Amino acid sequence: MSRGMMKRPLKKAKKGTMPRLLKFFFSSYKLPLVAVLICMLLNTLAGVCPGIFQQTILENVDKALALIDGGASTESAAEQFFPAITAAVIVLVCIYAVGLVAGFIYQRTMAVITQSFLNKLRNIMFARMQKLPIKYFDTHTHGDIMSHYTNDIDTLRQLVSQSIPQLIISALTLTAVLFLMLYYSLWMTLIVLVGVVAMALVTKFVGGGSAKYFVRQQKALGKAEGYIEEMIHGQKVVKVFCHEDKSISDFDKLNTQLCKDATSANSYANILMPIMNNIGHILYALIIFVGGVLVLINIDNISISGKPLDISTLIPFIGFSKQFTMNISQLSNQINAIAMGLAGADRMFELMDEEPEVDNGYVTLVNAKETENGELTESEARTGIWAWKHPHEDGTVTYTRVQGDVRLTEVDFGYVEDKIVLHDITLYAKPGQKIAFVGATGAGKTTITNLINRFYDIADGKIRYDGININKIKKDDLRASLGIVLQDVNLFTGTVMDNIRYGKLDATDEECINAAKRANAHSFISMLPDGYNTVLKGDGSGLSQGQRQLISIARAAVADPPVMILDEATSSIDTRTEAIVSAGMDALMQGRTVFVIAHRLSTIKNSDVIMVLDKGRIIERGSHDDLIAAKGKYYQLYTGSFDFDEQTDK
Amino acid sequence: MLKKFKLLAKSIREYKRSSILSPLFVSLEVVMECLIPFIASDLILVIQRDYENIKLKFLLLEDPTASAAVFGGILVVMAMLSLSFGALAGRFCAVASCGFAKNLRADLYKRSQEFSFENIDKFSSSSMITRMTTDVTHVQQAFMMIIRTAIRSPLMFAFSIIMAFTLGGQMALIFVFVIPVLFIGLFSIIRIAMPIFRKVFKKYDKLNSSVQENVKGMRVVKSFVREDYEKDKFRSASENVKNDFVRADKILAFNSPIMQLCMYSVMLFICFFGSRLIISSGGQSFDIGKFSALLTYGMQILSSLMMLSMIFVMLTMAGESANRISEILEEESTIVNPENPVSVVENGDIEFDGVYFKYAKRAENFALSNINIRIKSGQTVGIIGGTGSSKSSLIQLIPRLYDVTEGSVKVGGIDVREYDIEALRNEVSVVLQKNVLFSGTIRENLRWGNENASDEELIRVCKLAQAHEFVSSFPDGYDTFIEQGGTNVSGGQKQRLCIARALLKKPKILILDDSTSAVDTRTDAFIRKAMREEIPDTTKIIIAQRISSVEDADMIIVIDNGIINGIGTHEELIKNNAIYNEVYTSQTKGAKME
Repeated sequence: MSRGMMKRPLKKAKKGTMPRLLKFFFSSYKLPLVAVLICMLLNTLAGVCPGIFQQTILENVDKALALIDGGASTESAAEQFFPAITAAVIVLVCIYAVGLVAGFIYQRTMAVITQSFLNKLRNIMFARMQKLPIKYFDTHTHGDIMSHYTNDIDTLRQLVSQSIPQLIISALTLTAVLFLMLYYSLWMTLIVLVGVVAMALVTKFVGGGSAKYFVRQQKALGKAEGYIEEMIHGQKVVKVFCHEDKSISDFDKLNTQLCKDATSANSYANILMPIMNNIGHILYALIIFVGGVLVLINIDNISISGKPLDISTLIPFIGFSKQFTMNISQLSNQINAIAMGLAGADRMFELMDEEPEVDNGYVTLVNAKETENGELTESEARTGIWAWKHPHEDGTVTYTRVQGDVRLTEVDFGYVEDKIVLHDITLYAKPGQKIAFVGATGAGKTTITNLINRFYDIADGKIRYDGININKIKKDDLRASLGIVLQDVNLFTGTVMDNIRYGKLDATDEECINAAKRANAHSFISMLPDGYNTVLKGDGSGLSQGQRQLISIARAAVADPPVMILDEATSSIDTRTEAIVSAGMDALMQGRTVFVIAHRLSTIKNSDVIMVLDKGRIIERGSHDDLIAAKGKYYQLYTGSFDFDEQTDK
Repeated sequence: MLKKFKLLAKSIREYKRSSILSPLFVSLEVVMECLIPFIASDLILVIQRDYENIKLKFLLLEDPTASAAVFGGILVVMAMLSLSFGALAGRFCAVASCGFAKNLRADLYKRSQEFSFENIDKFSSSSMITRMTTDVTHVQQAFMMIIRTAIRSPLMFAFSIIMAFTLGGQMALIFVFVIPVLFIGLFSIIRIAMPIFRKVFKKYDKLNSSVQENVKGMRVVKSFVREDYEKDKFRSASENVKNDFVRADKILAFNSPIMQLCMYSVMLFICFFGSRLIISSGGQSFDIGKFSALLTYGMQILSSLMMLSMIFVMLTMAGESANRISEILEEESTIVNPENPVSVVENGDIEFDGVYFKYAKRAENFALSNINIRIKSGQTVGIIGGTGSSKSSLIQLIPRLYDVTEGSVKVGGIDVREYDIEALRNEVSVVLQKNVLFSGTIRENLRWGNENASDEELIRVCKLAQAHEFVSSFPDGYDTFIEQGGTNVSGGQKQRLCIARALLKKPKILILDDSTSAVDTRTDAFIRKAMREEIPDTTKIIIAQRISSVEDADMIIVIDNGIINGIGTHEELIKNNAIYNEVYTSQTKGAKME
């Protein structure tokens, strides 16, 4: 079982999943799959047909022996029957050869198809995921999203590469064998079928018990693993409180329960195989015995071939019953895998069916240049001047210079429809101004910035950017004009240079280095072992929090947007490091409209306007001096006699 | 490798009986299964009335149908026996393997609890968790294989060969050719494909971690409008993984054709030469019964060989898990109790004498150098310094969470290394910087400090830590359930609960490692005031970012890069310590303007 797969409870797949998956699968690889199916059929037939020729050979042998018993010499018997046997063997050789080649082709082709299909699914999922709104990522845990790429793909691999082919092969084999059995004898066929039904019943009974205990085992495993996880994460606290013995004895309880359930589950599963095998053996005995008796009493055989029931028709039945039971147990083995695979496919389709972010914007961001009479026109080359290209219904196009003027008018918003978290927010940010938001966790500071870059859409009110309703601006272009530095820095695997260049993909090395210099990051980067070519791994885990933040500031700097959003960018840095980072930020803020969210008031004191938010409303606004003079909440915050987080804790 | 298996095998303990019984019954099952075709071939002969060649002649009866019934009955009985043996083996195998896994997990868990901080630092938590969960599961499955399938297949192989030669005589010679072909074929496939798989699985992990990066950084991706860039990046990485997988899978695709080739060869050989032999010997040296039995044994021989190759692959993979597990089992705790430990801590005096400390023996630089401090019982001591200045390292030496590299740390006048660890840690209570509450009620969490604490005591310490007020404001009060990781209380509340928990120990020394950073300054001041008044005899050490948290301490230590930069009172340090002065001014700049 692959990693982590056990953690997920088995969920029944929706009804339409199987047809949808098959349709998707077949339509992707029509021709190769037809070839695979033909090869599968040939390979299966090559496994089943030899029964006929074996029977022919045995029939001849039987006749020869009868002849010898009747007094003929072995030589004459040989002479009479060898050619027929040789002919049958030659046909067999041909059948086997075809079967082998077909089997090889089908295996190779399937290997390619399976991996290509998984690759395709991965790509579709990933591409779709890039288009999903932030809301999706805020409402799903990373673990859940990741499991689409790990667990779900794994179960699908199993489904596509093994279960489905097995299903087809087994079905083909069963049909072919059934036909062959009827070809020889109806009576014998009935005996085999009786055995198979018995086997199916036992399987259902034992398998049902097994499934029940496997579910329990999963639960117990989940509990034990959860406990391990919690305790290992808090291991230092355990040590400090000398809580080792208690934690060991608590774990023992969970572990013992897990052992109990796992033992039951595995017992059932382990017993299943001997039962299957030996029902096979009993069936074997039954076939020979009953068949033998039938031969002895010379029963009237009913068969397609019209052959009588004798030893030569009996022996193939041993093989048939084996093939029949083997394929039935193969099928039952696959039931679980198919259920799991379909559940995986279901979850994957869920991701693929998620509504992508809608974008009805038509105002785009373009490079512009100023004509002699002061008007803006579009320019192919980078000019350093950006403009909003605004096509109107009458066919005319106007250009508005991008300046960074952001206005919110009476904005209401709620993440969930009937739970409004922002009430009546009105604010103006003139180009070049620094606007700060202060307030408790959950007061709505970050929410406002989420609205400006349209990670979420407002419920009521208006947001205008350089006088344009932001709903009219293409989302990509809107976001490209906004730089953002977040509290949780996310760096990507790659060099420092790659990470800075993320802000502007066509930036030259020089531009990146200049941006790093502006962000105060250059000096520490130059001290890294490979300078700008140092490879960052695991979200830049080798760097300090401050250094990572500096890189993310440099990344925003190279993008050079007219508006910046700094969300708690310095809150997890100590005061001394913050001084360095602040210098970088100050440089970044020069000449831009900036929205700052900060916990530490020292960072925002010099803002043009400070908004104090409480429960989604602006309760105070003004410059630092204004607010101090007003002796309101801000004053209390500043003097340390009050903390929002304390007040809202209830 | 063998040593590692021995180490792991120690965890079998009470499941030895089942671990032995399982292979025993498997063997019996195999014997039965192998005898079945033998008897079956007799049964065929009975039906053919070829009594000459029957091996168990003494079982023959006058009436042919009765004879057939006897042989058929024996077959059924044998199948039932085989079934019982198989079922018993399966049961014992389940008991043994699940029990073994239980013991292994328990041993790992116990060992992890014995780990010192140094040991803990060595393994990341996620790798520890993987070892205790996924790796144990892999080893459990391998163990199950070893005591069942790995016994069954070789036995089946050997028995079938013996039976094939006994019955088939020269006809069985075909196996001499086919077995090596299959063996070499299967194992070369493994040898070629395994390294590719290993490589591609690493790449696959990388691909998945890049997806994780993307998901985590989605706000960045979207803000910079890099969706297409990410898509292209992913597409090429995914394509690369796919190609490697295809390469490996194409090699694996030889597996079943090779198996079929061998099987078909055996069939053809027996069909062709066997039938000729029967006729030319007049059914004397070979007969139809043997003919069909030989085919059955042939199948068994080849499929058990196939099984063997699968076992080989499984065991190699489990070997890696076993390695990772034994790494933990072999890891000795770096801090153990002395032989004759001192169990009473006299008072809260603390003394650092020429202390040098580094985290790993191989580390080049000392985290702490030449530390000399004397703290009297009942004093309040503040520690100030930037991130990475080793403030936390310093205080973690006091409850012996780490051992000094050079010099000594004394508590109550005695070297910490001479105390019973539990006794020492009960008297030296640390509120760690990265603190954790566990899932459970507030009451249960607090009682980590003292299992037998009464409700009055809980309320007393919570009042001290300024936590009582908000706890009682919760609808369930002290029975409020804390979610895993303490996600349903705010940072400041969590910190205060952690302080209360530490206070419940009634320690002689209390250490707060940046434990009030999320608490507002006023509450912070209340906590300090309460401590001064309510537990005056306890030595209090406070690490803080805010000057206001330490300014009224009896002594303030300024640490910079693992060296004491200055010791003194607030007033003294403002005057003559540059770092302290700088931090002070940066924090009060403006605030004192009014």
